[in-house]
Amino acid sequence: MIYFSNIKISSILLVIFIALMFAIPNFFSKDQLNSFPSFIPKQQVNLGLDLQGGSHLLLEVDTVEIIKERLENLNSDVRRVLKKNNIQYSNFKNTDDNLKFVVEEFPAEIQKEISELSISNSQNILQMGDQTNLVILREENEVSISFTDEFVKLAVSNAVAQSLEIVRRRIDELGTREPSIQRQGSSRIIIQLPGIDDPDRIKALLGQTAKLTFQLVDTSTNYDPLNPKKAPVGSEILPSDADDSFKYIVKKRVMVGGENLVDAQPGFDPQTNEPIVSFRFDRLGASKFGRVTQQNVGKPFAIILDDTVISAPVIREAILGGSGQISGGFDSDEANDLAILLRAGALPAPLIILEERSVGPDLGADSIEAGQYAAIIGFVAVILFMMFVYRYFGFLADIALIINLFMVLGILSLFQATLTLPGIAGIILTIGMAVDANVLIFERVKEEIRSGSKMINAVENGYKRALSTILDANITTLIAAVILFFMASGPVRGFSITLAIGIFTSVFTAFTFTRLLISIYAKSLKPSLVGMKIND
Amino acid sequence: MIDIANTKIDFLKSRIITFIFSSILVVLSFGAFFVSGLNFGIDFKGGTLIEIETENEIEIAGLRDNLNSLSLGDVQVQEFGSKNNLLIRVEQQSGGDQIQQNVVEIVKTSLNSYLSSEVNFRRTEVVGPKVSGELIQSGAIAILAAVFAMLIYIWFRFEWQFSLGAVVALIHDVILTIGVFSITQLEFNLPIIAAILTIVGYSMNDTVVVYDRVRENLRKHRSKNIIDLLNLSINETLSRTIVTSVTTLLALLSLFIFGGEVIKGFTFAMIWGVVVGTYSSIFVAAPLLNYLDVKREWNTTSAVDSTR
Repeated sequence: MIYFSNIKISSILLVIFIALMFAIPNFFSKDQLNSFPSFIPKQQVNLGLDLQGGSHLLLEVDTVEIIKERLENLNSDVRRVLKKNNIQYSNFKNTDDNLKFVVEEFPAEIQKEISELSISNSQNILQMGDQTNLVILREENEVSISFTDEFVKLAVSNAVAQSLEIVRRRIDELGTREPSIQRQGSSRIIIQLPGIDDPDRIKALLGQTAKLTFQLVDTSTNYDPLNPKKAPVGSEILPSDADDSFKYIVKKRVMVGGENLVDAQPGFDPQTNEPIVSFRFDRLGASKFGRVTQQNVGKPFAIILDDTVISAPVIREAILGGSGQISGGFDSDEANDLAILLRAGALPAPLIILEERSVGPDLGADSIEAGQYAAIIGFVAVILFMMFVYRYFGFLADIALIINLFMVLGILSLFQATLTLPGIAGIILTIGMAVDANVLIFERVKEEIRSGSKMINAVENGYKRALSTILDANITTLIAAVILFFMASGPVRGFSITLAIGIFTSVFTAFTFTRLLISIYAKSLKPSLVGMKIND
Repeated sequence: MIDIANTKIDFLKSRIITFIFSSILVVLSFGAFFVSGLNFGIDFKGGTLIEIETENEIEIAGLRDNLNSLSLGDVQVQEFGSKNNLLIRVEQQSGGDQIQQNVVEIVKTSLNSYLSSEVNFRRTEVVGPKVSGELIQSGAIAILAAVFAMLIYIWFRFEWQFSLGAVVALIHDVILTIGVFSITQLEFNLPIIAAILTIVGYSMNDTVVVYDRVRENLRKHRSKNIIDLLNLSINETLSRTIVTSVTTLLALLSLFIFGGEVIKGFTFAMIWGVVVGTYSSIFVAAPLLNYLDVKREWNTTSAVDSTR
């Protein structure tokens, strides 16, 4: 065990050398690195948001809203079928997850027609095959209609995928440095924004669904503050963006929607110098818009964003070119953001911000500095203590500890794992715990010598005896690190990573590098000294 | 040179006293937990945390009154490391996740108008009710899963008696850590869960080293009285136990003193855990084997043996 073949020695040294090569870039600046020869790796440790500064946002797609909207669409279709077949119904209502109404009779063919309705309804949205995606239940006279679980799942999944894409587009439009946007679980999105410590603007951008519609203003009646809910059939009351007290009555029918936009750009009105957003419709949108404006010259139409009227200009002449502009008393930043939102498209459902963690760049820098300071002082303390307790062997363990730290850094850089503040704590904890494997071995060797073994045999037996203890002891810590890795997210996860890497490197160095050093030392002793004790 | 080898301390002599001592600590921990509870941070309670830095010293009482008049519920303001650094905590708002988001803006606006000097917002954390509920749950599951995994691992590598003894010591350490956080009312947040998991790993590590020696001695000295055998095993591993605890504590103390305010609580938990974990390996885990009727006839050709 104490004799190493040349191949073994070279492979141990090679592994250590490779780790060192990958650790080295962390001690130089980016500029210095670029001037190095190309065979030296350039990757540095990837710093977590808590160290480099940045913002973490956890969003959830409002899935209740998706189903609610689908049910509202279904509502009018079901009513139409009932009316067409002269079925008397009452108490028709929408809840969050079903439609309910009371009927005297509900023949099977009507039920079939309704369930077929869902097929035609679904085909243009989702591929569900020929199966119905409605569950129709009848209890006495009350009928309830809801979507099947598969349909709900598919609808939510599609909405989340679509939201992810739109969130990505909106953030990309802002030109953020290396954003990371990922889906988490069934309905969540995690956004990591390095270098952004005040995500107010991004939050504002993500907080809007940005559903843009053009609808005609209902001029048949005026908004009556005494009767705030009364709107003619087919019309709705919407608030004004500019004036909180003012309300518009607009026709529910949508002339053109945001999905027909192909471009939107911020700019200034050449006459008033007011910030505006100019937009262009696709061919379908342009012809729809042209037709409606032609028929309604002289009447006002409303530009509506997320159920709020931005402005309601009067149509002076038919707009046939397929382009137009929105002005609504916003400043140039707002115009810019609105253009971004319109270009990126509307979210299928509102996003809710569940969690936000933002760290400013100087707190991150302070944390790195404090972490380095603590690491160096802890390291020196451990090194001196080991030399004090084990003298020469302690010195060997210290060399192994240094190599250990380089290996942790090298592995972090190689795999581009993220180093966080708790991750630095994990490295410092490793400094304290990494010597354990060597301590276990040295204690064994000491015992062997005490019981009269020769140095070489003592080293050999010490290693043999300590092996299973070292494995058992490190596997328990590794189990804890693995569980932490799977349960935690963000900075705390970084701790489990460095802890686990530290366990591997410390066991590795104890069984290869220190062992090599000790065997060289033991063999170098003069035969007369071979029986000597370690602590004299 | 201090030589801690060849000690012959009778650790088990005072086992009744140390058991009573540990039991009192456990009862105290439970008491503190049920009386005052843990001071949950926003990770588990939800709410908003803002760390600010200003050029001039800030009069905390005035700022606290100002922020408490915003009708955001309870607002705590405390010094964080230095007089120019303050930590502001706003309790969770009722009305769901959406409402939480407004708090940051309201507090920022108020701070900018109240404080004459430039305010540097160093850190902003907002945790809504949904996430905080999930974090509590996954934290508790993680600790239970870790303890359970240790139980299985030790059972697999040793015998059920060892497994039981080790897990009792482990639960002892976890309870004492939760106890010290209940008594001191230090903030209990997500990194503390990580610290407890590390304590679970470390405490087990320490116990395993002692148990390994117990098993070895059970084979070596078949006729030795179990109490003498346990004492021998603890003494034989004592210098390793002390050296490793000291190096780990040296590293952690350095982190505690120089590592900055943000991870102080985390480091404190781990220092406490190392002390308690070392104590429990010697005074809880090992003496328990005396009562658990460990097997004396180890099969020398078992699978465990073949690894040596």
